[in-house]
Amino acid sequence: MSNEFRLADGGRIDRDRPVRFDFEGQQLQGYAGDTLASALLANGVHRVATSNKYGRPRGIMAAGAEEPNALVQVEAPFPEPMLPATTVEVRDGLQASGLPGKGRLATEEDPARYDTMHTHCDVLVVGAGPAGLAAALSAARSGARVIVADADTEFGGSLLGSGQTLDGRAATDWVRRTTAELAEHPEVRLLPRTTVFGYYEDNYLVALEHRGDDASSRQRIWRMRAREVVLATGAHERPLVFSGNDRPGIMLAGSARTYVNRYAVLPGRRAVVFTTNDSAYAAAIDLHDAGVEIVAVVDAREVVSTYWASLCVERGIRIHASTGVVSTSGTDRITSAHLSSLGPEGNHPTSVRQVVTCDLLLVSGGWNPAVHLHSQARGSVRFAEDIGAFVPDGTDQAARSAGAVTGVLATGKCLTSGAEAGRDAARAAGFDAELARVPDSKHAPILAARHLWVVPGSGDSDGTTQFVDLARDATVADVRRAVAAGMDNVEHVKRYTTIGTAHDQGKTSGTLSTGVIAEVLGVGVGELGTTTFRAPYTPVTFAALAGRERGDLYDPVRVTAMHDWHVEQGALFENVGQWKRPWYYPHSGEDMETAVLRECYAVRSGVGMQDVSTLGKIDVQGPDAAEFLDLVYTNKMSTLKVGRIRYGLMCTADGMVFDDGTVTRTAEHRYLISTTSGGAANVLAHLEDWLQTEWTHLRVHLTSVTEHWATIALVGPESRQVLADVAPELDVDNDGFGFMTWQEGNVAGVHARVCRISFSGELAFEINVPWWYGREVWEVLMAGGRPYGITPYGTETMHVLRAEKGFPIVGQDTDGTITPHDLGMSWAVSKKKDDFLGKRSFSRPDTARTDRKHLVGLLPEDTNLVLPEGAQIVEQPELGEPPVPMLGHVTSSYRSAVLGSGFALAVVKGGRDRVGETLYSPVGDRPVPVTVTEPVFYDKEGARRDG
Amino acid sequence: MMLIPCPWCGPRNEIEFHYGGQADVRCPADPQAVSDEDWATFLFFRDNPKGVFTERWSHVAGCRRWFTVRRDTDSNRVLPSEGTQQARTVTT
Ligand SMILES: [Zn+2]
Repeated sequence: MSNEFRLADGGRIDRDRPVRFDFEGQQLQGYAGDTLASALLANGVHRVATSNKYGRPRGIMAAGAEEPNALVQVEAPFPEPMLPATTVEVRDGLQASGLPGKGRLATEEDPARYDTMHTHCDVLVVGAGPAGLAAALSAARSGARVIVADADTEFGGSLLGSGQTLDGRAATDWVRRTTAELAEHPEVRLLPRTTVFGYYEDNYLVALEHRGDDASSRQRIWRMRAREVVLATGAHERPLVFSGNDRPGIMLAGSARTYVNRYAVLPGRRAVVFTTNDSAYAAAIDLHDAGVEIVAVVDAREVVSTYWASLCVERGIRIHASTGVVSTSGTDRITSAHLSSLGPEGNHPTSVRQVVTCDLLLVSGGWNPAVHLHSQARGSVRFAEDIGAFVPDGTDQAARSAGAVTGVLATGKCLTSGAEAGRDAARAAGFDAELARVPDSKHAPILAARHLWVVPGSGDSDGTTQFVDLARDATVADVRRAVAAGMDNVEHVKRYTTIGTAHDQGKTSGTLSTGVIAEVLGVGVGELGTTTFRAPYTPVTFAALAGRERGDLYDPVRVTAMHDWHVEQGALFENVGQWKRPWYYPHSGEDMETAVLRECYAVRSGVGMQDVSTLGKIDVQGPDAAEFLDLVYTNKMSTLKVGRIRYGLMCTADGMVFDDGTVTRTAEHRYLISTTSGGAANVLAHLEDWLQTEWTHLRVHLTSVTEHWATIALVGPESRQVLADVAPELDVDNDGFGFMTWQEGNVAGVHARVCRISFSGELAFEINVPWWYGREVWEVLMAGGRPYGITPYGTETMHVLRAEKGFPIVGQDTDGTITPHDLGMSWAVSKKKDDFLGKRSFSRPDTARTDRKHLVGLLPEDTNLVLPEGAQIVEQPELGEPPVPMLGHVTSSYRSAVLGSGFALAVVKGGRDRVGETLYSPVGDRPVPVTVTEPVFYDKEGARRDG
Repeated sequence: MMLIPCPWCGPRNEIEFHYGGQADVRCPADPQAVSDEDWATFLFFRDNPKGVFTERWSHVAGCRRWFTVRRDTDSNRVLPSEGTQQARTVTT
C-alpha cells in the first residue's frame, strides 16, 4: 500500500529519487521534494500526534510553518524535538515519531557545525511568492544589492501549490524563469530554506538558513542590515471553530490544494469543504479534478459566487449555502461532518441537521496576513473589514509590505503590488528602478466573505471541544472562562488561556482568538486588536544562535608571553576577565592547599616568581598629565619625581573605591599607570570619560600598553641576589635602588624597566621587558634562581601573601560600596588637593558615618578552620529568630603558612572599633567564634620590604 | 540592534558602544561649594523618560570617543534632526 494516495503523475517531487524513512517503527517511502507531512499523507497516515492537554488524536492541518498539530520528534539523523511535520524534508534514514505536545532534547553531543553570516544589502525581500519575486525583479534590475529569503525549499510560495497559470503557462514556469534571472544578477543573493525570524531596530533582520545535514554547516544565522525592506510574507489560512474541529482529516483548504498540486498527494477520498469565502472553491475544484469525491461544499454565506458555482455544477459538486459544519465524528480520523443551516448573518441558526460521511474536511475561515515581521518592527496594524483580518497600517522603518500580507488575495494584485514595492524600495535606496512587467493571471471575481468566528449552533453548548488554538488545546470554553474572570483585552486572555503561546505562536489561531473574544465580549474585532508579535517567527535552536561561539571559541582567551611555559610546568589556570593566569603549580601528588603553602613558604623564606603581565598598563602623556592624575587619584601624583613610583587609589565621584595600582613617573610629562587585571578596560573608559567630557581643557592622551610589556615579579629575601646575578649592570643595593623607585638596564641581556614594588611585603622587583622577550627573560631568571630554590607561584599564593599584609583587592574586598576610609587607607587620600574624584562625597552624611563597614582581619578560634568567603558575620553565638542582623561578611579567606592557621579579611560594621572582640560566623549549621584583628597579620612594621 | 551614529566613525552596530546614561548632567564646577542634596542629585538622580532622551554613548570598540545623541526610548530611533555631537558632560 506504499504511496496509495500518491497521484500517478504531477507534483514537484522527484520520482527518480525515492527515499525510505521510518515513522513510529513503520518503514515508509516518499520522494525527494516531499515533506514528512506530504509523505505521510501519501501513505495514508493522518493521525500524527496527540494533543498536549487532552490527549486527543491530531493530524496534519496545514502545509507549512503555521502547522499547529503535527509535531514530531526527529530521532535520526540527529535528535531534534518539536518540529512540524510540514517543515521537515524527508530523506533516507529519517526517523521520526509523533509527539504529545512536548519533545525531548538530544542527550548526545551535536556533531554538526552552525555558522553565522553578517551582511548588508540595499533591498531585502522577505518571501519569494508572487509578490516577493516581482519585488525582487524590479529591485534587481536597477542594480541594487538584493537579498531574497524564503523559508521554503524552493521559491514560488503559493504558486507552487495552486496549479494556476500565468501568461497562459504554468505559474511555476514564471517562477523558474524569474528565479533564474535573479540568480544571474551579480548583486543578488538568493536564500531559499531561510526563515527571517526577527526584525529589529534600524532594519536589522535575522534569519535562519537550513542548509541540510550534509552541508558544511547544518544551519546558518544571517544577520542582515538592509537599507530598505520589502515584506512579502503572505497569509495563513484561518480554520473555523465548531465542535470537534480538531480531528485528523480536518485540513485547511489551501493546504489540501498544495498537497494535491505540489506533492501529488490526495489527502482523502471523500471530502466535505466548509468555507466562508471564495478561496476554498479552488481547492474543491482541484481536489475533484485529481479524483477526490467532493460530497458537499458547505458555504456559510447566503449568496455564493456564480463563477465558482458554475464550475461546481459542471462537476456535479453540490453547494449548501447558508450552511455550516457544526460538529464531526470519528476517532483517529474524521468519519462524518454534521451540517446545519445557519440562517442569515446575525440570526440564530435553525437546527436542520444532516450527517455527511467523509474522510476529509477542508476548512477555510478566510486568510490572516502574516503581519508578524511588520509588527515586530513596531509597524501598526488595522482591522480590514473586507477580509476580516489585520493588515499592516504604516511603519516608521524603511519598509513596505506587498502581496497577500497587505490583504490582497488575487495573484495578479499580489504580482503588481510586489513589483511596485520592489521598485519603490530600490528608488528609496538610491537606485533608478523601473516597474518590472508582471505576467497576466486569470482573475476570478471575488465575492465578499462572511466573518464567522464561532460557528453558531455547534454541537456542544459549553464549547469544550470547539478548539481555538489546537496547539495549546485551548477552546471557546477557555475564552469564556477568561472573560467571565474579568479579562477584556487580548493580552490578558492570551496569558490566561495560553492561546498563541505554542511553537506556532498562534499563526492560525491569532486573529481567530481575537474574533472569538470579541464575540464573547460583544465588541468589534477591530477594537480589540492583536497581541504583540515577538521574535522568533519560528523556533530557532540555541545551537544556531551560538554558531561557532561555543567551547574554546565562546570568548576570546588572552594569554601572556610566558603562557606556554606555565602550561609546560603543569600550572592550573584561573580566568581573570579574558586572561588565563597561572593559579598554582602543583608538584606531583600535591593538592591545591599543599602547593599554595609550599609556594607561600618559598616566597617568604627564599625567592619566588610570578607572571604579572596581565596587570593593566596605561601610558599617560601630555603637558597636563600630572594635573589630570591629581584629579583621578585620591592621592597626589604631581609631586611624584621622575624615577619614582607611588601607589594610587581611584574612586568614582560617589567616593567609592574603583581601582588601584601603581603610578610610575617616566618623564616630566609622562606616567605609566597600572590597573587591576580585570579592571583595565573600565579604567581606561572611565579616564576617557572625564578627560573628554568634563576636563576638555587638559592636554592628555591615554594609550593602553598592557600588551607591550611582559612583567615578572621577582619576590622574596633572595630576590636581590638572583637579580644581581642576571643583571650585573644594575645597582640593586638598597641605597642605590630604593623602595618605590625604578631603573632601566639590561636584565638577561634585554633592555628592561625594573621597579621596586611589592605586593607581598617581601623584598621584590618587578621586571618589565618588551612582550616578545617575556619568556626568554623568564627562563633566564628561573635558571639564575635555581641555586636559591626559586619557585614559580600563581594567583592563589599572591592572594594569600597580600592578604597576610592586609592589602585589599579591588573587586574582591571591595564591591562598589567601600570608600578608602572604609579600607583604612586614609593615608592614600590627599588632604591638600582642592579636588579629586570622590572627594566631595567623603563628607556626605552617609559616607562620613563612623559605623560604616570597615576592612578588618578575622582569626577563627579554631586555627584549622578556613572561613568560607562570603560567610556572614553576626554578633551573637545564638542566631535566634530571623531576621538576624548581619554585621558584615568575609571577603578573603586563606590558610597561612607563616601564621600556621586560617585567617580572613572581612568588612564589618564599625569594625575598627571592634578589634579584639569576638564575633561569630555561621559556618555549616552553627556560628563559630572569630576574633577581630587589624587587617595586617604579618610583618606589621614592614621590616622585610628592604630585604 | 540599533545603528548608532558615531560622529567620528559613522553609523555602527550598537554592540560597539557603551551606554553612558543621561547627558547634560553637569558636574558642579566646585563640588565643595554645593550642598549635600545638590551633590546627591548630581550623583544619583537621572531622568528615565518614555520618549525623547538626550543621552551619552561611547564608541568603546571603535574610536573610544564619547558623544551625545537624542533617542526616542520608545521606538529606539535616533533623532536625525539633532544629529550627534561631541559629549558635553560626564555623569558619574
Ligand atoms: Zn567612533
